[in-house]
Amino acid sequence: MTIEVRNIVKQFGSFRALDNVDLRVETGELMALLGPSGSGKTTLLRIIAGLDWPDSGSVAFDGEDALARGAAERHVGFVFQHYALFRHMSVFENVAFGLRVQPRKIRKTEVEIKKRVGDLLDLVQLGWLADRYPSQLSGGQRQRIALARALAIEPRILLLDEPFGALDAKVRKELRAWLRNLHEEIHVTSIFVTHDQEEALEVANRVVVMDRGKIEQIGSPGDVYEHPASAFVHSFIGESIVLPVDVQGGTVRLGERRLDLVAPASASGPSKLFVRRHDVTVGPSGSGVFEGAVKAVRAFGPMQRADVVLSNGHGDTLIEIDAPRDHSLKVGDRVGLQPQRYRIFADA
Amino acid sequence: MSTLSRKRSLPGFGLTMGLTILWLSLMILIPLAGLFVKTAELSPSAFWATVTAPRTLHALQVSFGLAFAAACINLVAGLVIVWALVRYRFPGRRIFDAVVDIPFALPTAVAGIALTTLFAQKGWLGAPLAALGIKVAFTPLGIFIAMIFIGIPFVVRTVQPVLIDLDVELEEAAECLGASRWQTIRRVILPSLAPAVLTGFALAFARAVGEYGSVIFIAGNLPNVSEIAPLLIVIRLSEFRYADATAIAVVMLIFSFIIIFILNRLQHWAQTRSLAAA
Amino acid sequence: MTMVATTPLRRSGRDVAVPALDAGAGRRAAHTEPAWVRLVIIGFAIAFLTVFVGLPLILVFSEALSKGIAFYLSALADSEALAAIQLTLIAAGISVGLNLVFGVIAAWAIAKFDFPGKTLLITLIDLPFSVSPVISGLVFVLLFGAQGWFGPWLMAHGVQILFAVPAIVLATTFVTFPFVARELIPLMQEQGQQEEEAAISLGAGGWTTFWRVTLPNIKWGLLYGVLLCNARAMGEFGAVSVVSGHIRGETNTMPLLVEILYNEYQMVAAFAVASLLALLALVTLIAKTVLEGRIEQGLQHHDH
Repeated sequence: MTIEVRNIVKQFGSFRALDNVDLRVETGELMALLGPSGSGKTTLLRIIAGLDWPDSGSVAFDGEDALARGAAERHVGFVFQHYALFRHMSVFENVAFGLRVQPRKIRKTEVEIKKRVGDLLDLVQLGWLADRYPSQLSGGQRQRIALARALAIEPRILLLDEPFGALDAKVRKELRAWLRNLHEEIHVTSIFVTHDQEEALEVANRVVVMDRGKIEQIGSPGDVYEHPASAFVHSFIGESIVLPVDVQGGTVRLGERRLDLVAPASASGPSKLFVRRHDVTVGPSGSGVFEGAVKAVRAFGPMQRADVVLSNGHGDTLIEIDAPRDHSLKVGDRVGLQPQRYRIFADA
Repeated sequence: MSTLSRKRSLPGFGLTMGLTILWLSLMILIPLAGLFVKTAELSPSAFWATVTAPRTLHALQVSFGLAFAAACINLVAGLVIVWALVRYRFPGRRIFDAVVDIPFALPTAVAGIALTTLFAQKGWLGAPLAALGIKVAFTPLGIFIAMIFIGIPFVVRTVQPVLIDLDVELEEAAECLGASRWQTIRRVILPSLAPAVLTGFALAFARAVGEYGSVIFIAGNLPNVSEIAPLLIVIRLSEFRYADATAIAVVMLIFSFIIIFILNRLQHWAQTRSLAAA
Repeated sequence: MTMVATTPLRRSGRDVAVPALDAGAGRRAAHTEPAWVRLVIIGFAIAFLTVFVGLPLILVFSEALSKGIAFYLSALADSEALAAIQLTLIAAGISVGLNLVFGVIAAWAIAKFDFPGKTLLITLIDLPFSVSPVISGLVFVLLFGAQGWFGPWLMAHGVQILFAVPAIVLATTFVTFPFVARELIPLMQEQGQQEEEAAISLGAGGWTTFWRVTLPNIKWGLLYGVLLCNARAMGEFGAVSVVSGHIRGETNTMPLLVEILYNEYQMVAAFAVASLLALLALVTLIAKTVLEGRIEQGLQHHDH
């Protein structure tokens, strides 16, 4: 099942939640919508599910207009952030709900329902909990039951809103791997919303980075990390050193100091220079485009991290860099820093 | 003993607890116990004869039967009103929300004469109803109306906070699973409200059974027709037939205790269901 | 802890985002009903509340003023009416005072300490809510009546309780017994005891702690309980009716006078006195709404 979202605009009062969003999801994908809160990712997910309607634009499933149908007719599996399990029903009844509310003509027999629910509970490895009630389950178990319930109706699309948001760190890590494996098993077109970049990069095969109602970049996890398309993506994904620079006619300056860096044609005037910390090589003074003095050193694991004050004419730009443990760094050392890879984006 | 091993960080437990129990006993428990002691003066057969006398039996029947029917009406009407107040916006919503409390705040005698005048043969509502051949005031129907009046806030105010707190995601989840709106209401929303609805029903029922002020004016008070049990107690008292009055009171008190027990069970049920899961 | 709601006059909670009557442009939100269903439901709610609740209230004032304002005022200035008003104020004042003191004491014991049987104790305090007003009066007739336990002794010593002010106060206190306590207990439980513990650890005594720490925190809730207690105390009919003896000008409270005037077909006078009670109810409801906001704020302030 492909999903085609076109020119979606959604306004809440004076707040523009989605601003002309276009997105195409291919059959069998596991896509992440990644962005900070308020970026519009959950709104987009809810519009695809039929829980919200856009002010304008279109949504099509396999070329067929989805906006003409309500959520009940879209056959979309939706897993809510807080699971929304029916607390007056047992686990079994929760999972069976979607089967029991089908129109009488196509409703399965009780035997078939039992079989299907049993299979689903086995799939999420919680068959032994069938007779429990949601209040008796742990967070991770509820999450998996919510997923089983969504899968019961054999959805054409699976949508998950912050699927691991309410879980503690350890369970979250386990479930990530589990969800990826599950997706490989059932292969239903899936989209999940997250604000956690690690989650998006680790689980999804494509990542959509959103900010303030717009899509900033769509690409594979490697893509968005290695080739961020905008200053926002660069700063949101991975840790970066960010320096305010000024670009005039291809010349890049940090304060008074001219940097031996190449600016893209698009950058002119006040800009930001982005460098991944691990892309900075530390050498003796004079060995890089930046000069600086080590102010503090902290060693942990195989790496050491140092605070370096850059000499840029203003004197007090402080950055954090990483260096291998065996590299001698002492407070007061003067060092040269050479960015192996960097990006410059003009200020918006 | 857990009370002793538990350290008490604040002072005054002994004093306040002692005063509480003393005052509670003097004011509530001893007077109520007196009622049962007084009944014990009757032999079991005399007690039985009193409460099964046709007039008593009929008064109990009127009180319990009409109170039950009124509570049923309040259950349905209360649900609809709560739904409108919580789920929709309409002009005057806040005023109507406040109006719900009037039956509780308005002194019962005032409600009694107002309802009677309203539904009397020449009243604002009584006249058009009389034209249709329906007589309300001074009939059992009038008792029924008064009981609906005093019961409605109980259902509304018990269910309202639960519906407000009901997670909209539950309805969205049901809809995503293919449930129609009606299926969602019937299988998800109503079961979630059930403990509160039943609590409201029990409260409205109990209040209507014991109600006196707002009912006696409109009731007509014809023995064996429209005489309620609390009125019969008053009549027996005025005839100085204390034992008879007490016997009827004991029957009604036992009913109150049963209702309290049921309410406690309902509360327990609601709490075990709502543990976590959110 | 278990706390059965036996009074509906409670804070009605916050509002949630809900669809307007015309549910937005274009398609309906996922969780609402078709427009015609909404109209039917709203229409029913308005009609029901208007007919069963609104009209009786309007009728009270309309009947009271049906012969003009002068007639209305003269009905209220009648000596019997004035005596009834006075008695009502006295009886309510004493009952509310007693229940206020008891309510604070009981709430302190119940909310600030753990002990076995707490649920039972709360149930017992709530008991008067579940008892028919007539029975609440009856128990005092049995205690103090001519055939009652203490009646003969009291009569021999010339103490009149039944059919006199003391019985009216007792019956009113019985009926309004739970109001203050049941308002304070959940409030004080929600607030916990950390602030009091902090005060004690800083060297404050128990009384100082209550006066300077607890009372400021519960003042709105206390006022709320007093307000409801007072409304019920002034309006109580059944229990007072049983114990009062209906002695004109002496043991008639306002609700009892309403009954007498009504039964004597003095409609305007009956509704004039009734209108004062209805006014009291309205003022109580308005004050209650204002206080609910204050209590809500207080608790939120506590959360942060």
